[in-house]
Amino acid sequence: MNILVCIKQVPDMESKFKVDGGGKWYDTTDLAWRMNEYDEYAVEQAVQLKEQVKDADITVLCIGADKVKETMKKALAMGCDRGAHIADDEVSSKEPCEIAGIITEYAKGKHFEIVFTGMQSQDRGSGQVGVLVAEMLSLPAVTTVVDFSYDSGKIEVKRELEGGVKAKVAVTTPVVVTCQLGLNTPRYPTLPNIMKAKKKELLTIPTADLLKVDARQQTAKMYFPEKKGGGMVLEGEPADLVDKLIQVLKEKTSVLA
Amino acid sequence: MKLLLVAEYRDGALLGNMADLLGFAEKVGGNHTMFLVGNNSKLPQYGGKLYLADSVKHGEYNPAVHKQLLLEVIGKENPDMVVFCHSSYGWDLAPRVAWALKAAQVSEVVDYVGTNLVVPVCNAKMRRDVQVTTAVTVTTLQAGAFGLSELPAGTPDVEIVDMDTQGQIEFLGYEEAAAGGVDLSKAEVIVSAGRGIGKPGNLEMISSLAKALGGEYGASRPVVDSEWAEHTRQVGTTGQTVSPKVYVACGISGAIQHLAGMKKSEFVVAVNTDKEAPIGDIADVLVVADLTQFVPMLTEKITAL
Ligand SMILES: Cc1cc2nc3c(=O)[nH]c(=O)nc-3n(C[C@H](O)[C@H](O)[C@H](O)COP(=O)(O)OP(=O)(O)OC[C@H]3O[C@@H](n4cnc5c(N)ncnc54)[C@H](O)[C@@H]3O)c2cc1C
Ligand SMILES: Nc1ncnc2c1ncn2[C@@H]1O[C@H](COP(=O)(O)O)[C@@H](O)[C@H]1O
Repeated sequence: MNILVCIKQVPDMESKFKVDGGGKWYDTTDLAWRMNEYDEYAVEQAVQLKEQVKDADITVLCIGADKVKETMKKALAMGCDRGAHIADDEVSSKEPCEIAGIITEYAKGKHFEIVFTGMQSQDRGSGQVGVLVAEMLSLPAVTTVVDFSYDSGKIEVKRELEGGVKAKVAVTTPVVVTCQLGLNTPRYPTLPNIMKAKKKELLTIPTADLLKVDARQQTAKMYFPEKKGGGMVLEGEPADLVDKLIQVLKEKTSVLA
Repeated sequence: MKLLLVAEYRDGALLGNMADLLGFAEKVGGNHTMFLVGNNSKLPQYGGKLYLADSVKHGEYNPAVHKQLLLEVIGKENPDMVVFCHSSYGWDLAPRVAWALKAAQVSEVVDYVGTNLVVPVCNAKMRRDVQVTTAVTVTTLQAGAFGLSELPAGTPDVEIVDMDTQGQIEFLGYEEAAAGGVDLSKAEVIVSAGRGIGKPGNLEMISSLAKALGGEYGASRPVVDSEWAEHTRQVGTTGQTVSPKVYVACGISGAIQHLAGMKKSEFVVAVNTDKEAPIGDIADVLVVADLTQFVPMLTEKITAL
């Protein structure tokens, strides 16, 4: 069974962001990078599926600059078998259709039985790429999956809806699955597996070879939203902050009365 | 501008997103019609034309089926924009429709300025104005971003949509949220733990503060997903909606899905090491501090009062 997992490298959301010189994306220098949180669940599910069916080969794919290979190595250390790095220094200006188009072009003819993606990326957060890949490949897609099982060519999943309700659905493979938080418990790569991952295949393909879809939208401007309301900000020594907060709670609420 | 608004219906009930759809339509201006796979006995409060497909015939949500029905209506209406809510229904169906229409899709729209659609980036820390270059635009709206406070009165002018459709996905049933456990909605004070607590052992200091304030403790999703707290304590779109007198968010960044569950709280305190965390936008007080230092000190002082 061939399995494809698509991952994206994103900055740590606690970073101090700046808008870059072009005014259309955030400045990518001086940021700490990691695997998109949703994609960690995708990688883990692929690896668990391989552990179940034994005979499987997992390709992890990531579109981005050279530095994304660091994140891909984590996926390889978690248990993916090979990496396809689609080299693209301009990935941040690509819209979901283009990203999905690149993935589709790569996947064509490779007979992936299951394609796992995250349900959304943390920085851009369009939540479109997985479903678009399915549409482009004419495959069914199940989204926002929080429970997954596979049995001889068929998957049964729970899709998370609003308010804690889930929908149980089944579908025959090949299929695209978009993974939601909490689907499983992503493993930490062990040291021996990190060493092993260094020897795994990590092919680089130029993005131009795979990009056949035109952009349908563009960013006009990126900026910081105006601060709403005048919330109070307390900074300083923790002991002083405690006194200040108690003062505020006494004045503004009835909980310490 | 001609809009087609996509309403939602599930398991015999209309879902409450009409206010966002109509709020957006009002902001954009122009004419609109609506599409719903639902039931004639439960029509939405809407004064315009409603294309209605029968959910009994077409079953619960099946992407390929709803796509075919919607494309049929789009063929008749030729809208400039097809508008969904950014919900489990909208984010599943919208990209399928966009691809079929060769349309650009802009997700989780929070504002409309000039002809640009505005979307959040990086957990709402930044925003992006998006320009669409296709004839038709597909959008999904962030929950609550455009909401009208009151829906205008009206009864729809219904046109039935019917055709034979086929889906690939087999629907097996719904699973309701687990009942029982704490009822956070009754608590006057809620102190919630986020991923910023770092390790399960630190939940103790959150529950101690909650106790000192005479309240309950809650949690953000990652804390529940990691099984550090039970699901009934989760606050947010996929957990509980609460409105206590005081809500203290400890180590919670303030993602939209969390805010949706607590923004009606009377007074919000946030404790966070990141001064720019989006929770600061709705907090009455943001305490910039390491919670592992600050929270135990606060509990001690309050207990001694
Ligand atoms: C469809 C969908 C539904 C969802 N439903 C929900 C839901 O119901 N409820 C929910 O909560 N989330 C929900 N989420 C997830 C949501 O998007 C966020 O991922 C989640 O709320 C983040 O939780 P957090 O703030 O605890 O963690 P993070 O976003 O990781 O934030 C941790 C925060 O802790 C701070 N911090 C770190 N260390 C310290 C320290 N020592 N002291 C003080 N502060 C510290 C950091 O600065 C950061 O702001 C949903 C997501 C999706 C896609
Ligand atoms: N640059 C990328 N490289 C590989 N996969 C990606 C990339 N961007 C997005 N994806 C995949 O698409 C999913 C949804 O992303 P998005 O549509 O941007 O919210 C992510 O969780 C990834 O699985």
